[in-house]
Amino acid sequence: MHPAPSVIVFTTLSGLGLGLLFWLGIDPDPSRGWVGFTFFLIAFALTIGGLMASTFHLGRPERALKAFSQWRSSWLSREAWAAVSALVLMGLYGFFLIIFDTHIGILGWLGALACLATVGTTSMIYTQLKTVPRWHHWSTPILFFALSLGGGALLAGKISTAIFLIAVAGCVQAYWFWQGDQRFDEAGSTMGTATGLGDRGKVRAFEPPHTGTNYLLNEFVYVVGRKHGDKLRLIALGLMAVLPLLILLTNPHHLLAIIAALSHLAGVVVARWLFFAQAEHVVGLYYGKR
Amino acid sequence: MTSLPETTTRKLGLVIDLDTCVGCHACVISCKGWNTENYGAPLSDQDPYGADPVGTFLNRVHSYEVQPDQGAAQLVHFPKSCLHCDDAPCVTVCPTGASYKRVEDGIVLVNESDCIGCGLCAWSCPYGARELDAAEGVMKKCTLCVDRIYNENLPEEDREPACVRTCPAGARHFGDFADPDSNVSKLSAERGGMDLMPEQGTKPVNKYLPPRPKDSWEGEVDVLAPWLEPVAQEPQGFLGWLDKALEKI
Repeated sequence: MHPAPSVIVFTTLSGLGLGLLFWLGIDPDPSRGWVGFTFFLIAFALTIGGLMASTFHLGRPERALKAFSQWRSSWLSREAWAAVSALVLMGLYGFFLIIFDTHIGILGWLGALACLATVGTTSMIYTQLKTVPRWHHWSTPILFFALSLGGGALLAGKISTAIFLIAVAGCVQAYWFWQGDQRFDEAGSTMGTATGLGDRGKVRAFEPPHTGTNYLLNEFVYVVGRKHGDKLRLIALGLMAVLPLLILLTNPHHLLAIIAALSHLAGVVVARWLFFAQAEHVVGLYYGKR
Repeated sequence: MTSLPETTTRKLGLVIDLDTCVGCHACVISCKGWNTENYGAPLSDQDPYGADPVGTFLNRVHSYEVQPDQGAAQLVHFPKSCLHCDDAPCVTVCPTGASYKRVEDGIVLVNESDCIGCGLCAWSCPYGARELDAAEGVMKKCTLCVDRIYNENLPEEDREPACVRTCPAGARHFGDFADPDSNVSKLSAERGGMDLMPEQGTKPVNKYLPPRPKDSWEGEVDVLAPWLEPVAQEPQGFLGWLDKALEKI
């Protein structure tokens, strides 16, 4: 799959921002005043920045409001509702907390649930696709939740929770990377089933339908960077989990914690790039490619 | 809107005969011609006369070589367009309701004024039947020429999809699969019409007829053939002398 920067930025930043909002929402004794304001500012900047980036991959962004209509059937539509609910609920919660110094616990919990729902619906957009076997697996939503909650805890300064969740996220990510390599073969789609000619012999793509490229090849058959896939996976895991954990275990002060957070962010960006770049769509089989 | 209908009254679709298709791409051109001039946004091209042309097509013809364990390889031309699946994943993923399957005839269509161009329907399609038009920013797909098949301004023989109408080999057939006595239902039953990627669970309506087995000359050798063996193995007479003389030079 083509690793579109808009979608990588969206899933990475929003995931992190929503994770931070979750921890702010369920905190029984949240920071108030300027400290609280800074936490909410960072969380909203990440979440809204990511959501805005996601509209850049739309062909017709001016019609984006129509995406709220099909929540009964479409995960993308549900994501739109969940994201707006999360922003509104957490916005109100933060507003009362910072401006009026009033902590409305139930509002925070509802907002936190909406944040989780947003991360869950985002992950389901990818998980639902049978055409991309690497994504079509129960571990994809777990990966998204683990990264969002782990990164959120890190930003929220909940060190012991962050150590536990980032370790979990690193393990899930490693499992997702390497176990995912088998899923295309397990799904059973081959050039033989794609053409229906498999029982007659070995099928080979002889002539493509056109001399140039096309939308399908650009969008679904992305082969750049596969050579360095394993190295990039190790870099992603190192930046996302290993380095932040080493820093967090030293019980760091603020500056080091910021380095841990930036390292985690960079690691998630690399992992998200691989999430798309290494995902193979079955339509490639029609072109004799994967 | 983006939920699939439980059943459709009719199931319009195509039978594509892989035995008959000669790979001439006439269906590709007539499809592009009709659909760029009629219903919906035109099918745009980018850099059409330059070094790197790209464009939107609703129908493309692949060619495959099938190599059996024994014997000669076979070339199969393979037209591919939307299969108007009964269980179309492209419909349910649509966030806006732009993508839908019609209850009356089962055609899968895109309402282009509702499409936000998110591309998710193309992601969910295993067959590559949908392409996002780079100029218009909306999703384009085969409409089964919905603006031809019901069009009373056209002569009756033209009221079928452009690809079917134009195919010089008669490799494409259009009809109603819900009717067991229709031409397409009968053809599919007789020739073992098959689904593409059945493991994806999309239940395609369009069927592909597999190539017939190639005939063979085994057992068809004429009884006079043994007497047709070449008789003169070595040149004789003048040519024989010439042959020897030239050898010696």
